[in-house]
Amino acid sequence: MENGIPLVADPYNLIITGVGGQGNVLASRIIADMLTRLGFTVTIGETFGASQRGGSVMSHLRVSARSCYSPQIPKGRAHMVVALEPTEAIRVLKDYGNPGVKVIANTRPIQSIGVICGEQSYPTEEEIRAWLCELSESVWFIDTTQAAIALGNPIFGNIMAVGALSATGALPLQKDQFEAVLREKMSSEKVAVNLTAFDMGREMLSRTQHPLH
Amino acid sequence: MSILSEGQSGNRVLLMGNDAIARGALEAGVNVISGYPGTPSSEIIQNLLQVAKERNLYVEWSANEKVALEVSAAASFAGLRAMCVMKQVGVNVASDFLLHLSLYGTRGALVLVSCEDPGALSSTNEGESRPYAQMMEFPLLEPGDFQEALEMTQWAFDLSEEIRNVVMIRSVTRMSHASGNVVLGALPTLTPRAVFNHEGPLLGQMEGPVATIPGIVDFMHRRQQDKLKKVTALFDASPFNTYSGPEAPDLLIITSSVCHLYSKEAIELLHASHRVGLLKLGTTWPLPPKTLEAALRRSDKVLIVEETLPLMEDNIKAFAVERIGTIGPKTFFGKKEGALPPINELNPDCVVTAIAGIFGLPYEGMPATYADRAAAIAAKGAPVRDLTFCPGCPHRASFWSIHAAIAMDNRRGFVCGDIGCYTLAAGATGFKTLKTVHAMGSGAGIASGFGKLAAFGFNQPVLAVCGDSTFFHAAIPALVNAVHNRSNLILVVLDNSGTAMTGFQPHPGLPTDAMGGNALALSIPDICKAIGAKVSICDPFDLPNTQKTLLALLEEKDGVNVLILRQPCALSPQKKNKKRFHMHVDNTKCIGDACGCNRLCTRVFKCPGLTWNSELKSSEIDEVLCAGCGVCASICPSGAIEVKEVE
Repeated sequence: MENGIPLVADPYNLIITGVGGQGNVLASRIIADMLTRLGFTVTIGETFGASQRGGSVMSHLRVSARSCYSPQIPKGRAHMVVALEPTEAIRVLKDYGNPGVKVIANTRPIQSIGVICGEQSYPTEEEIRAWLCELSESVWFIDTTQAAIALGNPIFGNIMAVGALSATGALPLQKDQFEAVLREKMSSEKVAVNLTAFDMGREMLSRTQHPLH
Repeated sequence: MSILSEGQSGNRVLLMGNDAIARGALEAGVNVISGYPGTPSSEIIQNLLQVAKERNLYVEWSANEKVALEVSAAASFAGLRAMCVMKQVGVNVASDFLLHLSLYGTRGALVLVSCEDPGALSSTNEGESRPYAQMMEFPLLEPGDFQEALEMTQWAFDLSEEIRNVVMIRSVTRMSHASGNVVLGALPTLTPRAVFNHEGPLLGQMEGPVATIPGIVDFMHRRQQDKLKKVTALFDASPFNTYSGPEAPDLLIITSSVCHLYSKEAIELLHASHRVGLLKLGTTWPLPPKTLEAALRRSDKVLIVEETLPLMEDNIKAFAVERIGTIGPKTFFGKKEGALPPINELNPDCVVTAIAGIFGLPYEGMPATYADRAAAIAAKGAPVRDLTFCPGCPHRASFWSIHAAIAMDNRRGFVCGDIGCYTLAAGATGFKTLKTVHAMGSGAGIASGFGKLAAFGFNQPVLAVCGDSTFFHAAIPALVNAVHNRSNLILVVLDNSGTAMTGFQPHPGLPTDAMGGNALALSIPDICKAIGAKVSICDPFDLPNTQKTLLALLEEKDGVNVLILRQPCALSPQKKNKKRFHMHVDNTKCIGDACGCNRLCTRVFKCPGLTWNSELKSSEIDEVLCAGCGVCASICPSGAIEVKEVE
């Protein structure tokens, strides 16, 4: 291994999911750029285009010290799911979950049009909590949307999720790399608020002291 | 600032497949890039635009793909290096010119990039353009990972100049929109000069007129096939074709493109690397015969893994028959005998299933009890997310009015749809208003046909829709046809001032070109009037006026009427994140089901910015999503939805 930093698994399979418009793609790029700077080989698989229009969005990140992996994670092989929308975590676990998977889930729902028009129902927060606990080894619930609105714009929820992920220690994601990537990707006036969002995400996760199980 | 131009030779970076293709073109010294936007191809040009000035490029979003290829060809004829980029369906549009182009050939390099969409993740089809390479006889390359996407693109320019013909690179969504690590090469310093030499002999490749005319076609066709012979030898020496695995495996996999990564992973998941050999072909047409023969000698069982058509499969089987004397009989597995699905994109699991089936190996991707429970929970806990128009999208308002006018007219009128965001109006989000959907421009074309059926007793009103970019791309000839032939129809141009579906690229109706320069904005109303259609213009957010206008047009039984519904896309730079109105539901006035409106705003209008609060039994505005367009206030019969102008 080039950098000497061990991975929990190789390849480590991370899925970031949410609804079109939540900043899923940017979050996955930032994480992948951070890991690339550490010398890991990263593949991101994502589909976008039509799914921007209110559809489910999912990014697959494969992190390896050895090789370039397929942009699609095999069935049942996710190690971590970061969900910017809670029911999207359930959708992902159906295909990629396993008894050892970990989940970080934003609690704020985004209703689909099927729910809005009354043709489908959206589960209660209690149901979602119970199901995610049942389908994973551990799950952290954080209300990133509310915190992001407080910070000035709901879009910062994706960066909070990146911060939360870094606080789990599942991947070697450090703040200095985050800042370096941010400075490459964003205009300088946007850096400070995104650093704050990252810290808020870290803090929200660590406040959830013991992952629910 | 762009990694495409700033990255130094030797830097290891993370690039999206489309960026890797763009960087490869820059490293090859590309001068001219043209194309028409289409997912998953659009970022190649989008990202090259960012470095156009510093790298001295000419970059153009053309009116359609055929024109784009003609623009790139002109650059090639003038000795420059050109690249033309499109999605799979675009190659169909360009194919008329492409056939002639590949017959005559090129001068400066001309690389055609086709980004395709197996599984139709954001397309209305999963067609592919690899067969064009075979049908029109030019070489085809398929990158197998991100590094190859860069290096192969760079090499494609050299290859094109070596044989003086088009070279096609075929990517797929899982390569174009996936990202991976790439080591950059150097960017050249260039001072190209464009000259079109046309004074030489007709049969000259580099000096004379570029023309294929009767009498010389046989010479041209022979010359083209001689080029392919040269390509075959070059392909056999190509480093993009690699073999890994045992000397004599129990099974040989032959694959290409991103299927290479799926195959590699499947072998790993099954711990079968001691039994399975992997021939990865980067050059897939014409096939490299020596490489292929050497690989086929290794094993009697051969699995061919590719998306979507069994193109390599058919060609390799034909090759194996020719060589049966030296390679012996083979058993083939692939799409034809059912080892792999004949439709949809592949993934590692598809290949695992195929290999496990051939060997009789056990494999469980997910514990069965977990899979059953997760499926049961997902059925209850993960409501389906149908695609919908964005909050504030003018199309929702347009289709609300179109749908209402057709219903009020009550003569079974219908709308012939077209390709863009508004294709979603075939579903619930646009009130199921579109009744036909095919290729770009086909809405107006099909309507032109329907509008001529009165002699057969046809008396339904015929409408068609197209977007502003689609209008320039392919609707104009259909409109010409309808007017000339005195067809009866209403064409509604949903003008949202950009090519919204693919990221808001400019088109000929806008005053700015792709590179940000001043362009001549062509007026859609003036063009329609010049063609001979009657033209009206409305703001779709003004529901009463739009519906009144539509009803009046439906009353007019003869001729071609064009209604332009003009309102910028909610995601357009001037509108994005800017609300015109603060919306609020007064829940004393909104009485829900008791109103008799059937929850018109949430159940029927279906804007995601409105939600239904089942406890309050009232609609609510979702502040996170609402774009503040104000349209929902016009549809509420109780006046419960209030608008307040944003200061």
